[in-house]
Amino acid sequence: MPPSFLEIGLEAARRWHELTAGERPWIRIGTALCGEAAGANAVVAAVESALESQGVSAEVSQVGCLGLCFAEPLLDVMLPSGHRVFYGNVNPENVAEIIATHVLGGTPVTAMALGYITDPDSDAPVPDGIPDLNQHPMRIWENRIALRNAGNIDPLDIYQYVANGGYQALHKSLTNLTPAGTLDEVKSSGLRGRGGAAFPTAVKWGFLAGNPAPEKYVLCNCEEGDPGAFNDKNILESDPNTLLEGVIIAGYATGASKGYIFIRHGHDGPIERCRAAVRQAQELGLLGENIMGSNFSYDVEIALTGDSYVAGEETALMEVIEGKRAMPRFRPPFPAAVGLFGKPTNINNVKTLSYVPEIISRGGEWFAGIGHDTSTGTAILCLSGALNYTGMVEVPLGINLKDVIYEAAGGIKDGKALKFLQTGGPLGGVLGADNIDVVLDFEVLRAAGAIVGSGGIIAADESTCVVDLTRSLIAFCQYESCGKCFPCRMGMSHLLEVLERICDLEGTDEDLTLMRSIGENMQAGSLCGHGQLGFNPVSSALRYFRPEFETHIVERKCPTGICTMPRFSPALSRR
Amino acid sequence: MSGLVQQIHDAVHGQTQPTVTVLSSLLAVEDALGYIPKEAVEFVAGFSNSTVNNVWAVASFYPNFRFEPPAEHLVEVCWGASCHLVGAMGVFKAVLDASGMADEGDTPDKRLTVRFNTCLGACSQAPVMSMDHHLAGRVNPELAAKNVANLLAQDGHAS
Ligand SMILES: Cc1cc2nc3c(=O)[nH]c(=O)nc-3n(C[C@H](O)[C@H](O)[C@H](O)COP(=O)(O)O)c2cc1C
Ligand code: FES
Repeated sequence: MPPSFLEIGLEAARRWHELTAGERPWIRIGTALCGEAAGANAVVAAVESALESQGVSAEVSQVGCLGLCFAEPLLDVMLPSGHRVFYGNVNPENVAEIIATHVLGGTPVTAMALGYITDPDSDAPVPDGIPDLNQHPMRIWENRIALRNAGNIDPLDIYQYVANGGYQALHKSLTNLTPAGTLDEVKSSGLRGRGGAAFPTAVKWGFLAGNPAPEKYVLCNCEEGDPGAFNDKNILESDPNTLLEGVIIAGYATGASKGYIFIRHGHDGPIERCRAAVRQAQELGLLGENIMGSNFSYDVEIALTGDSYVAGEETALMEVIEGKRAMPRFRPPFPAAVGLFGKPTNINNVKTLSYVPEIISRGGEWFAGIGHDTSTGTAILCLSGALNYTGMVEVPLGINLKDVIYEAAGGIKDGKALKFLQTGGPLGGVLGADNIDVVLDFEVLRAAGAIVGSGGIIAADESTCVVDLTRSLIAFCQYESCGKCFPCRMGMSHLLEVLERICDLEGTDEDLTLMRSIGENMQAGSLCGHGQLGFNPVSSALRYFRPEFETHIVERKCPTGICTMPRFSPALSRR
Repeated sequence: MSGLVQQIHDAVHGQTQPTVTVLSSLLAVEDALGYIPKEAVEFVAGFSNSTVNNVWAVASFYPNFRFEPPAEHLVEVCWGASCHLVGAMGVFKAVLDASGMADEGDTPDKRLTVRFNTCLGACSQAPVMSMDHHLAGRVNPELAAKNVANLLAQDGHAS
């Protein structure tokens, strides 16, 4: 017999109290992929060795990402009943001093501190001479829903999630709401898919709920092959239980029998943390037979794909779980009729499902009150490229993109000027620097020729060449074309050939027209979005930067000189 | 059973997840051996009640599979858009120069494999590379060359 939810909650509260108000300091270090890349593993090792050599007893947790990737490695110390004090860009050499002065001595190292975040349960005075981290430009615009626990709790400990309100939404659904009532909450939230197409989630769930088949599946898509997007992996690394709870609630609302979380092989951090969440949920009876004593039974399995961008396309994804090549299927039949293993299936993105617990807990109306028009809720943006503050922010939709770039992200690095933004992944588009005064809204961005997509926003400064970037994006699309539809397979190769020619300053007057006609064929003749949208990078670049293309072709000149430098892309023989 | 076939057998039968497929079995073999030997294609075909032809079709589709034993170390350089826009090409050039290569592939002495990666998942720390699956962000050509040299100074095998 698994414990009751009440018992789980009491145990979680006891453990949380011991952790935050007990005897020992709590040290948290962000070790998501971004942290790792910044050197966080060496910081963890330095913390462990400093604690040992100084004979200090402290709780050390590896947490996910707080969003402030630019300041990683990020370490924070919370003394018993105190507030969290953060140290940014931590060098392993400075760790011994932080341990000696702050953890052991009780005084923050003010000169090295990035900021503090108050603990709501603490009445201790805030530390002197250290800024409030919530006033940092990157945090001030935020409204954290899916990311509410990111960077705060240990992703490997389901009790920490429960102690922060976790699984209460599931409990509410199972005890107070019918599946239809659960679906109604999602409907009134106006939630739209965050995987790219922004399709209304409740409508999709409704298709599956309406199918009476006994075996039905919910798939969560964490393929996330878009260069520049890391928010899905980041949720898995920071708070996998938020996603898992969403996957379970989606199963309940749609009457599904099983869920799959689909991740790309090789990203060990996200996979391990997600596996731990599933295992712990199984142990506590939050997955399995008769969840929380209800008559709802449901399990979740993690499925891996090999490297393939198209594996993230929903019908290809089902092929991959079945063990085949990542190639899309014909539609109709749609997945809600004939999906995985021939059974009715619903596919959602990680972010979409991660909103669900809070939507159920706080009500759909609450979520619908955030955002802009029919773009309700928040956007989880991955900010990368030439920005002062790179990282991840969760901001209400409706925010001005200009504010995201110049305020939240602190503007362009090294005092340079912004040239363009690339948004929404390789099938998205570019926005010229003069055109970013737009509100973040699915329709507005699409009309501007870019998309919100999965939330990747890459900033390029004046030293970059837009023709070169377009070539690189098409090289990606060509490399990733699965080959099933020849307009995409041949079209991408042909586009790349033309773009290589233009970058070699050997383009011809017909090349721009030629590309457009290739693009039209790809759009008309491809089964999935890869070919249908694959011309976007070119068309949006031409929309804002046609003169730059013309300079390459007519004057045989690359104004920034980038196109004259060596360039590489994977050997074509790899596909 | 030869040692190699035994290892393949153990990897394929060691899968604990309920949904076992041709692809999941190939991934298990790759995790265990670092490559997909011909014997594994045959073994997975028999195990999955499939054909060598079909298993090969799956294995050759995904570029993460390689078909000869791995070199001692693996260096990957991200060429995703975030990294591209902040200097990935220079990093790649430095990695190639430091390893004496003209393009991605294995060095003749099998000490190093150099590969492109479409996105290493740490775009906020661009440009990103990885050494034996350990990520390093905010690199530049000098750092990248140093990382390769450090790796080559180590013994051992890519994990
Ligand atoms: C080439 C291609 C790649 C895609 N990759 C992803 C992906 O990595 N993650 C994702 O959630 N959706 C991806 N999608 C969109 C999915 O097909 C699907 O629309 C989405 O997972 C649905 O989830 P949502 O309704 O929650 O947005 C991709 C689509 C295409 C055409
Ligand atoms: S684009 Fe290089 S790590 Fe994502």
